[in-house]
Amino acid sequence: MKLELEGITKRFGDLVANDGIDLTVEPGEIHCLLGENGAGKSTLMNVLFGLLRPDGGEIKVDGKVVRFADPGDAIAQGIGMVHQHFMLVPVFSVAENVVLGFEPTRQLGFLDRKEARSEIRRLSAEFGLEVDPDAIVEDLPVGLQQRVEILKALLRDVSLLILDEPTAVLTPQETEGLFTIMRSLAASGRSILFITHKLKEVLALAERITVVRQGRVIGTTTPSESNEQDLATMMVGRNVDLVVRKQKAKPGETVLELSGLTLADDRGVTTVDHVDLTVRAGEIVALAGVQGNGQTELSESLLGLQHVSSGTVELDGKNITGTTPRAALRAGIAYIPEDRQLEGLVLGMSISDNLVLDLHDQAPYARRGARNLTEVHDSAQRKLSEFDIRASSVDTPVGTLSGGNQQKVVAARELSRPVRLLVASQPTRGLDVGSIEYVHRRIIAERDRGVAVLLVSSELDEILALADRVAVMCRGAIVGIVPPSAGREEIGLMMGGAASAAAEQPAKAAK
Amino acid sequence: MSAAEPASELDVTPPSKSDGEAPWWLNAANRMVEANVAVVTLLAVFCGLVFGAILIVVTTPVTLHAWGSFDAHPWHAVSQSVRTVGTAYGDLFTGSIFSPSSLGHAVSHGNGWTTLFTPISETLVSATPLILAGTGVALGFSTGVFNIGGQGQLIAGALAATYVGFGVHLPLPLHVVLVILAGAAGGAVAGFIPGILKARTGAHEVIVTIMLNYIFLDLLDYLLTTKPLQQPGQSNSISQTIPSSATLPHLFGSSLRVNFGLIVALAVAAGASWFMKRSTLGFTFRVIGSNPDAGRTAGMDARRATVLVLTISGALVGLAGMSTLAGTDFFLSTGYGGNIGFNAITVALLGRNKPSGVVLGALLFAALGTGGRYMQAATGIPLDLTTVIQAVIVFFVATPALIREIFRLRAAGAGKILLFTKGWAG
Repeated sequence: MKLELEGITKRFGDLVANDGIDLTVEPGEIHCLLGENGAGKSTLMNVLFGLLRPDGGEIKVDGKVVRFADPGDAIAQGIGMVHQHFMLVPVFSVAENVVLGFEPTRQLGFLDRKEARSEIRRLSAEFGLEVDPDAIVEDLPVGLQQRVEILKALLRDVSLLILDEPTAVLTPQETEGLFTIMRSLAASGRSILFITHKLKEVLALAERITVVRQGRVIGTTTPSESNEQDLATMMVGRNVDLVVRKQKAKPGETVLELSGLTLADDRGVTTVDHVDLTVRAGEIVALAGVQGNGQTELSESLLGLQHVSSGTVELDGKNITGTTPRAALRAGIAYIPEDRQLEGLVLGMSISDNLVLDLHDQAPYARRGARNLTEVHDSAQRKLSEFDIRASSVDTPVGTLSGGNQQKVVAARELSRPVRLLVASQPTRGLDVGSIEYVHRRIIAERDRGVAVLLVSSELDEILALADRVAVMCRGAIVGIVPPSAGREEIGLMMGGAASAAAEQPAKAAK
Repeated sequence: MSAAEPASELDVTPPSKSDGEAPWWLNAANRMVEANVAVVTLLAVFCGLVFGAILIVVTTPVTLHAWGSFDAHPWHAVSQSVRTVGTAYGDLFTGSIFSPSSLGHAVSHGNGWTTLFTPISETLVSATPLILAGTGVALGFSTGVFNIGGQGQLIAGALAATYVGFGVHLPLPLHVVLVILAGAAGGAVAGFIPGILKARTGAHEVIVTIMLNYIFLDLLDYLLTTKPLQQPGQSNSISQTIPSSATLPHLFGSSLRVNFGLIVALAVAAGASWFMKRSTLGFTFRVIGSNPDAGRTAGMDARRATVLVLTISGALVGLAGMSTLAGTDFFLSTGYGGNIGFNAITVALLGRNKPSGVVLGALLFAALGTGGRYMQAATGIPLDLTTVIQAVIVFFVATPALIREIFRLRAAGAGKILLFTKGWAG
């Protein structure tokens, strides 16, 4: 399908989210739409998928002007969308999910499961999308769930597939697999519109790249004419430092010491298995691993958000095993949670309120049970400039900020207490290049101030750029601790459970 | 784009606009959303009255008859309907606020003031417990706790107030103060039970509070047949009457029933408003109410907040029970409190969980009730009509989308978009 968007304009009140956007996707092309969060990518896709009505401009499919009143119209024209958050029924099988809404039926309206299964097998084989049609969706890893979404679109005879940030939830291996699938779809003549803000992926995959910023198209280019630095500059509108600059760490005394830490979830399944780990002042220790291998639980247990089955947690030599969050925060732990919207912020509340979630009942923000709103307001005003939070005022609800600014609010709150240990869980997830740069610089600045940093990240690039030591976790246990110089491949293998020759001896790691 | 962005279309922070200056459109949008809430509520009231009017027309024999001969006398059918509805709603107003004719009489003759002020006094009297209980329920709602146990807590408050009323002998100001405190304490105990059960065992407060309603209803029934609560020499299930030292003093002389309970109610509403906006505990409640996980991660104790808010909520509902007992009834009987506990939920909804809104909602509800009784006496239109109007108002308040559709209101930009893009990634 040849898709042309001409002068698409969409306003929300006085905010112009899309300002005369032109975009052409040729048949069989992998076209990448690159832009920061809030640049207007999602608005454009919602317009294209019939979820929003544009205020101006037109959409042409194979040269003919079309109008989409709802997603049904877009689907009828052969446009399919794989959303970042999957639209699947977790308790249904793969086959049931794929045919949902288009169920093949036998007489009397009985569901024809056999037909559904064979259809899926055919499509799977054609595009290398291997997945068991009878598997229950909630049992599948995220990468396979995404395949189910793609299958859903294929079954509806899609000729243009939109993928919204498809790699955000995938491991490096799963990402490779997805790219292979996307290439084979393009080879079959289908067009692909790939939305992302990850520069490496764009260069690896796209045939043409359109960069948007603040609702406008900045330019269209190809991977051969471009490089990461150029794209980042187009995207952000200024020169961005893609390389994290840092001095060699000067580790000091031990701040955090875990010995034999073991955690179990509600069902009694061990999530963290006899972990020994130390983090010293002035160093960044990263927990690497495929998501769901105990990193989240481990970081939460430091704050008292997880029940410790056995083992101890010591902070500055004091046993804080089984602490409460309140005590942990007072003891000098700063915590940037994995999901800032779920655990870090109250989206409906103002920036100033969110900045004092932890200290709202302490002086100077409160006195004898009454809040001092003047002080809350003034201190928020100072933090707005100190942490470069872009917002119209401190009374703005946090939910209306961009992801990067939301994360800055969390960081501003957590780093405003006296900090001994910074636990940063996926600190740059979903952030744009500019914000990632900021967060990285901030973490290194904390390290250089003598703070011990425990970084949890599923982005290997981030770990290699920031960490002084890398602890690789697999199935709840630490496989080994290596310097970041051990390299991508070595660490990747360890993530799969292989022991490493470069690893520190466990005994040494414990000290 | 990112998982972490519900609405970055609305990215209100284009990099060019940095700190300090609030873009006027954002302020305007915020004001529109706020205004919209009030507008929707007013339109809901209007819809309730229109629906009531239709109901009056189709259920009153005179108008029905007039419409039966519509072909012959179309104008008569219309005018008869207008007259009937006008009379009914006029009576509703006369019965709940004041009657223009008695105003004229009072002004020209210099007497009859009591007659003039009786309707508004009655409205304020029935609004008093609704304000108290409604504020209590609203506090719970803002903390994410659904207190459906108003009926039971109200009985508990009234019971405690009664025991202190006839069981303790003290001079006037002290006695009534003690009665007020007893009412709050009784309700607090009834609220603490579901609170502690939820915090300790995870028992859902909706189930527990509903069940406690039955328990307190039957406990009251039982106590009313036993000493010392039962009125001596009575076989009926009614309690001893509290002495006058234990009653809430009248505000404007003994012929108008409006009493000190109204002052208590308004003070509680004002206090609750301050509490939620300015106190640290109120802040904790609001955080727990909108995102308990974030509260927990920031070191707040969600369990403690649950216990506290249910206890406070119960105490306020208990005060409602005290206010009717020590203000107008003076003794307990089976099924005490009637529907006040449930109407409080409606009033809290009507007031959008804001104490000021609760006061207005309670006044509206009370006015419909007292006016409805007068209307029934004067025109024979049953009191049930006002119940239907109340129900329709609540129905429309709960479905703002319907109101917007009926009146073709443009949804206030921000709110709609936020909803729309949720889950579609920013």
